Amino acid sequence: MLRFIVRRLIQMAGVVVVLSLLLFLWFKALPGGTVSAMLGERATPERRRELEQALGLDQPLWVQYWNYIKRVATGNFGPSNGVLPGRDAFEVFLSRFPATIELATLAILIAVLIGIPLGYFAARRRDSWIDNLSVMGSLVGVAVPVFFLAFMLKHWFAVELNWLPVSGRQDPTMDATRVTGFFVLDGILTQEWDAAWDALKHLILPALALASIPFAVIFRITRASVLDVVEEDYVRTANAKGLTSRIIRGRHILRNALLPVVTTIGLQTGALLAGAVLTERVFSYTGIGQALAIAIEVKDYPVLQVLIMAAAAVYVVVNLLVDITYAIIDPRIRTR
Amino acid sequence: MKFFRKAAPVAMLATVALTLGACAQSERDAGTPGATNGGGAASGGTLTFGAAGAPKLFDPFYATDGETFRVTRQMFDGLLQLKPGTADLEPALATDMPTSSDGTTWEFKLREGVKFSDGEAFNAAAVCSNFERMFDQNADAQKGPADYWSYTMGAFKDKAADSLYKSCEAKDETTVVIALNRVSSAWPAMLALPSFSMQSPKALTEGKANDVKAQGEGFVYPANSQNPVGTGPFKFEKYDQANGTVTLARNDDYWGAKAKLDKLVFKIVPDESTRRQELKAGSIQGYDLPNPVDWKGLEDEGNQVLVRPAFNILYMGLNPEKNPKLKDLKVRQALYHALNREQLVQTQLPEGAAVATQFMPDTVAGYNKDLQPYAYDVEKAKSLLKEAGAEGMTLNFAYPTEVSRPYMPNPQKIAEALRTDFEAAGIKVNFTAKPWNGGYLDGIDAGSFDAWIIGWTGDYNAADNFIGTFFKGENNDFHTYVQDWGKTLNDDLVAADSIPDEAERTAAYEKLNQQIMEEYLPGLALTHSPPALVVGPDVEGIVASPMTAEEFNTASVGGK
Repeated sequence: MLRFIVRRLIQMAGVVVVLSLLLFLWFKALPGGTVSAMLGERATPERRRELEQALGLDQPLWVQYWNYIKRVATGNFGPSNGVLPGRDAFEVFLSRFPATIELATLAILIAVLIGIPLGYFAARRRDSWIDNLSVMGSLVGVAVPVFFLAFMLKHWFAVELNWLPVSGRQDPTMDATRVTGFFVLDGILTQEWDAAWDALKHLILPALALASIPFAVIFRITRASVLDVVEEDYVRTANAKGLTSRIIRGRHILRNALLPVVTTIGLQTGALLAGAVLTERVFSYTGIGQALAIAIEVKDYPVLQVLIMAAAAVYVVVNLLVDITYAIIDPRIRTR
Repeated sequence: MKFFRKAAPVAMLATVALTLGACAQSERDAGTPGATNGGGAASGGTLTFGAAGAPKLFDPFYATDGETFRVTRQMFDGLLQLKPGTADLEPALATDMPTSSDGTTWEFKLREGVKFSDGEAFNAAAVCSNFERMFDQNADAQKGPADYWSYTMGAFKDKAADSLYKSCEAKDETTVVIALNRVSSAWPAMLALPSFSMQSPKALTEGKANDVKAQGEGFVYPANSQNPVGTGPFKFEKYDQANGTVTLARNDDYWGAKAKLDKLVFKIVPDESTRRQELKAGSIQGYDLPNPVDWKGLEDEGNQVLVRPAFNILYMGLNPEKNPKLKDLKVRQALYHALNREQLVQTQLPEGAAVATQFMPDTVAGYNKDLQPYAYDVEKAKSLLKEAGAEGMTLNFAYPTEVSRPYMPNPQKIAEALRTDFEAAGIKVNFTAKPWNGGYLDGIDAGSFDAWIIGWTGDYNAADNFIGTFFKGENNDFHTYVQDWGKTLNDDLVAADSIPDEAERTAAYEKLNQQIMEEYLPGLALTHSPPALVVGPDVEGIVASPMTAEEFNTASVGGK
């Protein structure tokens, strides 16, 4: 197990290094960049040259890349020039990562807590109205673009009905103490209940919108998988043995049916990140996704580099976690 | 083992929660539940303003962008400032407008008893340490973020002779004499620029204000850039990066009209439609640059659209080096006559926009009132082209995408209208679209297009800030030096800038404006567009400024 984890972590390091080179070259090949972003209308050929000189952008590519690697090796990713100017790009990642984790966790929680039970019941009562309705609902979840769903949720529940806040993570006039950067958790830890509640209120709409993607997939996989499992011999055997239906449900059906669901949840992380870019944008939610969108717009390459590499790393780690969870649920894997 | 497997995560979580809980103390002041009001006596409430982007830093000296200036303006004062709602100067930390006998030695009388928000006294010595600080910049800062000094003063301490600024002398506690190396029309107008605001000398020293370093794709700034200490009506409270908000609190010791608000919050909401929804939901009380197509809808919802007098110019740049046909004045005049700018103003630009007769707005000294716009006359355009032997000429015309500027709300629509006009006059147009930062701005500087549209919003009220910026130098975007008159125009602009007598200087610029429009025509001045800001129904006291220099100390919300 340990060897497996170590091997995967080494793989991850390799992926990040290769990605850094690719991204570096790619960004250099794109027209525009820091100089135009900083100067705007004030750009003249002279000012442009001066600034390029100051930033060393007039040096050969390999020199620039070498300097970049040297800096990164000392934990210095270079200052952001658009999202959080002057601050290290990694700081942008750190200050925004908790926001996205908070959002994604709630979204996955919503998707799992609704998707799995609903999938199970839909399968057990196949072709009932509950089944038909939820299959249809999940289709809508897949078919409606997150962006649109987010926009509609915001329009109705925030702007028209005014039940929930329109955007952001917390009311700016809320005098909240920051501890971990997870606003809800911070509110609980410091017992500033109003701050925790306010942060949670800000999370509801974006999390619902974001949950629509994994919910639909989790629901459908659970349903299909339960349908498969109930037909299995061991379920029939368990029934014949006279085990209580509670044990059959828990140990025989759900446990086996959940295997593919766990994989799916892992794979959904990538989709979730993509969804977060859109959802966070709509709700001006200060997470990784919004930072990505802004960084692309203003050509903040240091930040883009860090965020994309971090996204890749997160993806690999989540998949690793999925594999470990797999091993816990399925003893056959553990023994290998 | 089985027990351990189940219990381990729970135990771990509990441990983490306990550890965090132990060091997680609420930092709120005791006895202020809700904490909306800081517990002050009379509550003026909080105004939350929606900003489109994050302020770059809080040291205005290293900034050129509106998002930074909007915030720092509320915390800092300059020696001079703009009269609310105008582009005219008035004294701020100086008690009177400065005087000079020869245009190079300027005496400022300073306001007495003013303190920075850290308790330091504002006096003549403080003024001089600010100027010396600005003058003494390292190589990285000179080439990079000390942009406004570089633009207005020309050089820094290491090339002192080339600099406009020469020295600062504290004559007594409240008298400062600033000496210049030569005369410039930019002085003293530039002193209203937020970049040249007065900062606490103590904060500058302790925050190592000048330690700017270029690194990778950007600059690293010292502590002072995050700890602004000025004399303004508001003080810095916090920049909550994780939540995207900047909070300022009223400065109760402010020397001028004290702010009515307790707190002023800038909430960063990058998406414009979200800003509009926030305003509707009441979670922000105003935002900048509403899209002109929304103005009416916003007003119908009870909001106030505050339109700023236009202090900008949209123009078409032309490059005679890229397309030699453009070297001929007749061809450039033909292009001008081909354009139906009246229609452009009415269909594509916000209410209050106007056709330009020259490269500056009418509020600038040196604006020539006698100039008439080049009339829309397709026949004249055609005959001029014929005379020049340029019938059926091709024009490589570029416009920017992914951008909206105050002088150009919708570049694509504007460019399409211009193209239609050109084609009606028999000019073939090769239309290219390039992302603003991604081929457009660098394309202009590299001379890649025959014609392009761009504009300028004035930094301060001086003719040189407009036509000087555009046409001076050997190497400007209009490539004037390939023309016989390019050097003459440069020399005349330099000469006009250094005339000490104001009336004489104004006359010189009026004449230059006429020459530029009638004899030279290096590019086509198109239009002026008024930008706006919008505030909710219960906000009062904000005066729209042509230089976006709105002050929030006069603002109140909810009739408080």
